[in-house]
Amino acid sequence: LFRLTVKRLFSASRSSVDSTEMKKFQLLAHKWWDEEGEYSALHSMNDIRVPFIRDTLLSMRSNYHLGSPLSGVKILDVGCGGGLLSEPLGRLGASVTGIDPLEDNIRTADQHKSFDPVLAKRIQYKSSSLEQIVEECIETFDVIVASEVVEHVADLEMFIKCCSQVLKPEGSLFITTINKTQLSYVLGIVVAEKIMGIVPEGTHQWEKFVPPEELGRLLESNGFSVKTVNGMLFNPLSGSWSWMESTSVNYAMHAVKSGAQGQSSPTDAVSETESKLPSATAGTAM
Amino acid sequence: TSAVMAVVFRRGLPPPLSGRLRAGQQAPLRSVAAAAPLYDVVVSGGGMVGCAMAAVLGHDIHFHDKKIALLEAGPRKECDQMPDSYSNRVSSISSGSATFLSSFGAWDHVCSLRLKTFRRMQVWDSCSEAMISFEKDDLDDIGYIVENDVIMSALTKQLDAVADQVEVFYRSRAVKYTWPLPSHNCDTSPWVQIVLADGRRLQTKLLIGADGHNSLVRREAEIKNIEHWYDQSAVVATLHLSEATDNNTAWQRFLPTGPIALLPLSNTASSLVWSTSHEHASELLAMDEESFVDSINSAFWSNANHSDFIDTAGTMFRSAISLLKPSGTAVRQLPPSIAKVDPESRAMFPLGMGHATEYVQHRVALIGDAAHRVHPLAGQGVNLGFGDIACLAHHLSAAAFNGRDLGSLKHLLKFETERQRHNVSLIAATDVLKRLYSTRVAPLVLLRTWGLQATNALLPVKVRI
Repeated sequence: LFRLTVKRLFSASRSSVDSTEMKKFQLLAHKWWDEEGEYSALHSMNDIRVPFIRDTLLSMRSNYHLGSPLSGVKILDVGCGGGLLSEPLGRLGASVTGIDPLEDNIRTADQHKSFDPVLAKRIQYKSSSLEQIVEECIETFDVIVASEVVEHVADLEMFIKCCSQVLKPEGSLFITTINKTQLSYVLGIVVAEKIMGIVPEGTHQWEKFVPPEELGRLLESNGFSVKTVNGMLFNPLSGSWSWMESTSVNYAMHAVKSGAQGQSSPTDAVSETESKLPSATAGTAM
Repeated sequence: TSAVMAVVFRRGLPPPLSGRLRAGQQAPLRSVAAAAPLYDVVVSGGGMVGCAMAAVLGHDIHFHDKKIALLEAGPRKECDQMPDSYSNRVSSISSGSATFLSSFGAWDHVCSLRLKTFRRMQVWDSCSEAMISFEKDDLDDIGYIVENDVIMSALTKQLDAVADQVEVFYRSRAVKYTWPLPSHNCDTSPWVQIVLADGRRLQTKLLIGADGHNSLVRREAEIKNIEHWYDQSAVVATLHLSEATDNNTAWQRFLPTGPIALLPLSNTASSLVWSTSHEHASELLAMDEESFVDSINSAFWSNANHSDFIDTAGTMFRSAISLLKPSGTAVRQLPPSIAKVDPESRAMFPLGMGHATEYVQHRVALIGDAAHRVHPLAGQGVNLGFGDIACLAHHLSAAAFNGRDLGSLKHLLKFETERQRHNVSLIAATDVLKRLYSTRVAPLVLLRTWGLQATNALLPVKVRI
């Protein structure tokens, strides 16, 4: 729903960050952790995106402990905001690096994790855009999570290229975002923003929504292999998210970076992932 | 309009978290709080329910890396061997509770110490011939009579087995709780602060109150409690039967002053639970052993409270039932007679009823008697507590596996809804039964007589009970 990227004043190079997006979130930087506030829908999205990430990764590992299922996994949370997704991943044992261009967001995130000594050690936050960390983080991460980010970036292809650079071979990329359809305009903009106020008005621009076909195409042509695409549905009455067949409004995607030889992962990994996810309309949708 | 609509819809959105977030109390300063050790879960109260809660979480695989603490005001009780004589505090454990206890290995210890299975239960009135008996056709047990000390010993053993996850603080009474503000800023700690009697401090992400019907956790959380004292006390004692018998039946007779129950402990011994008026209870404790035994036998065997009217009405109804449902009437059996009582085993304690209006708040949950207190006539007290634990542990385990903040109201409310739905009807029914059976007034006696006879004839209802 809302992540953002900002253009640094001194940066003249090409950036995946969009300056106008930033101003929208500056005002809300301290509201992240109010579970009933502006970000309540993102809080409840954790109930499906955390299990999605966890179960996908577990199905690809052979030795893990259910007490700390993501132990030993290095995750990059791009556009982490106040750390809503970084913290649960940290609690599951992962070493998380959260980056967000807006300093106020990082400050909020740092402050919130500081009370829990376990999380304070497992999670590191940095105020930065993705491009700025590429040089020092080549092939550093096992997993990249970009949840509710790509609908806000300025240059999607460059964003994906950067993801590929910092991801280890055969590492996983998880994206959740909004489709560009008539239905997503009605539900995602008109209802969500203007009528029901689920999302602060002006958060999204329909022109920047990304259809799964386009996202998949960009991924495949940049060294990724799309493994799973699942539609997501938000129920405003219950305030909760669920999976659904259709990707016409929100969806989640899992892609894997090709191995060192540039070959895609074997097909048995695909069917394993498919069978493990709930109501998964899995498949390389491209 | 969109702003107004937004407000309307947001208020209308469940869950109603806003009402539960405590205001008012001072939140602890971060600097003060920082020194105290931080736990993921602290269970306050080391009785049967508190120990079981800590043990279940300690054995849960998703809690493998978590830190749990159990606070108990009393000293540690070592019991590898039970004394020869039976303790006078026993509990009726349902098969559901037995399954729960075996889920983390405690039931095996109970079985290796001692317990008594009962396969039949007979409940009858003193003012009429009506009775209801429970019996399972297959060889399933209805329940078990277990001394509370045996259960505690089994639970302590299972706590020792997970000492890496669960730290038990004996001789540690909590005297003060400080609650976090719902949305904290950088100056105040987001965790619950606990101060012990000796000045030690702890912090926790979730506080579970298992500290009994006079719960300090509940009172400090300002959770309203609906309670009243019955004008009854329970007299307990360990009794020896006149002759050895299979003794696999639990007996309960409703006298006008209150129910008297005989719970089997072995082939030669049974435990007494006699709920009666405070004066009568004191008399029973004061009288010599022979008179005490006579009172018990007379309470079970005497028909002095019958009236002809009720007897006739009852007989008529029973004939009607046997026409409609031949198998629906059963022969009333007689309980064993008592020969003597264990010296020093007589005791009494007052009875009351209580129910907390809320079981949970931000970072707090109540279980066992802290949440609900019921009359012993239904033999349900500790079973409700174990049911609470099973439900709360299930939700906490799922929350831990999802990386959630354990003190979050979202999953705590699910626990509350499930348990209140289950508990309220049972507590209300027990209270109604207690009042219904406390009278000699003919219409009410007739009502309960017919009701009991009808319930006895209806198998589906009995199975549900």
